[in-house]
Amino acid sequence: MTFALPRSLLALALSVLALPSRADEIQVAVAANFSAAAQQIAADFEKDTGHTAKLSFGATGKFYAQIENGAPFDVLLAADQATPGRLVAEGKAVAATLRTYAIGRLVLWSADPALVDARGEVLKSGRWKHLSVADARLAPYGRAAAETLAALKLTDAVQPRVVTAENIGQALQFVQSGNAEIGFVALGQVQPPDGSKGSGSMWLVPDSLYSPIRQDAVVIATARSPKAAAAFVDYLGSAKARVVIQARGYRW
Amino acid sequence: MDADWAADLQAVTLTLELAALVTVLLLAGGMPLAWWLARTTSRWKAPLSAVVALPLVLPPTVLGFYLLMLMGPHGIVGQATQALGLGLLPFTFTGLVIASMLYSMPFVVQPLQAAFEAVGARPMEAAATLRAGPWERFVHVALPLARRGIVTAAVLGFAHTVGEFGVVLMIGGNIPGATRVISTQLYNHVEAFEYAAAHRLAALLLLFSFAVLLWVYWRRPHGSASIVAAPDARPRA
Repeated sequence: MTFALPRSLLALALSVLALPSRADEIQVAVAANFSAAAQQIAADFEKDTGHTAKLSFGATGKFYAQIENGAPFDVLLAADQATPGRLVAEGKAVAATLRTYAIGRLVLWSADPALVDARGEVLKSGRWKHLSVADARLAPYGRAAAETLAALKLTDAVQPRVVTAENIGQALQFVQSGNAEIGFVALGQVQPPDGSKGSGSMWLVPDSLYSPIRQDAVVIATARSPKAAAAFVDYLGSAKARVVIQARGYRW
Repeated sequence: MDADWAADLQAVTLTLELAALVTVLLLAGGMPLAWWLARTTSRWKAPLSAVVALPLVLPPTVLGFYLLMLMGPHGIVGQATQALGLGLLPFTFTGLVIASMLYSMPFVVQPLQAAFEAVGARPMEAAATLRAGPWERFVHVALPLARRGIVTAAVLGFAHTVGEFGVVLMIGGNIPGATRVISTQLYNHVEAFEYAAAHRLAALLLLFSFAVLLWVYWRRPHGSASIVAAPDARPRA
């Protein structure tokens, strides 16, 4: 009898330890271009599953370097396919969780409502001094812009007037501030999510002019809550998330 | 010599040109300002000193962002430069020079001011009793006495401009030969996973910065820890 009480306490303690923690918190590294969509999706995810997703926004390349060096992220939503692929190849991410969550769309945009025509003919004109483009080596949208210019055979003609931004966010900043009259940016950055017509003028670049900007998500190998992390990546493919993704200017 | 290294070399040359020009302009403009700050008892001394010191505290990207706005077509500076037929300053070497002058100003003005303060009133009064005019007193008495401080100001202004990053990133546009400097080139290497090229430039920058600081500290007589404190300061009677 003397052992009964402590033993039952021990059993209770063990059963508590053995319980799966129902509401986990995960750290998600999100490519800057997907910030707005990710916030909305994370809020829905929390409501539907009880898990909390804490978001960090930044450049995919920086996240790569941080994860390589032990940053405590559970999930990476990259702006490309190459970075998650590289992490998987290095054993730093879980291959089975890899999925394309969004396909980005490129637009030529101007803050001036009359400058960009529906066919992008403005690129051939002298009505602008600077074309803002994200760095093709660093940013997937920069790579797509370079491919578009090459497909139009305009690369050399516009080169002297190109200003290179470090990422797609800065590419938009150069155009919004008026320092560059036109620029290649992401549709998601300039299209209001409520479906209304945004400010300025734009040309939605045809898909045929550049290879698809596939953005992949993956669970990091060192995730502290692998189940919640995998649930979040799955959730990106849910009908609810896809509505958000599409409203923000991406395909899936 | 690979293409990468040629681009790096161009960035290094451009950075040295930028730093040299900024240092000369800042010494020319900073000298009268520091002289005034060192000797005035005006109530404007405190606010003006605070403005000079602002770039020490503000994040460079904030400074760069406001410069991008101010110098853009909707900004006051941008509208003025356009009215003068100079065009817009972002994405140009001239724009970079102006931004760097703001950014490096405290590193030049503060050592100058400290040096002029350390000269004190006595040598100037002595020169005055020998009938030296104000200009003569400045050139033949104050300048030689403040020599160490002036050299420190020039070296720090130069080094700080070489290491400038956030401002250039915001207003540069990464144009080879015009706005692509060492720090942005280094950053691009890192972002593009070109770690070998990044290490090469980083090592160069590190060695340069260390050598500059080592030299500045070696020159100080009593081994004071502060960089901007008067290098000429000696116990005063």
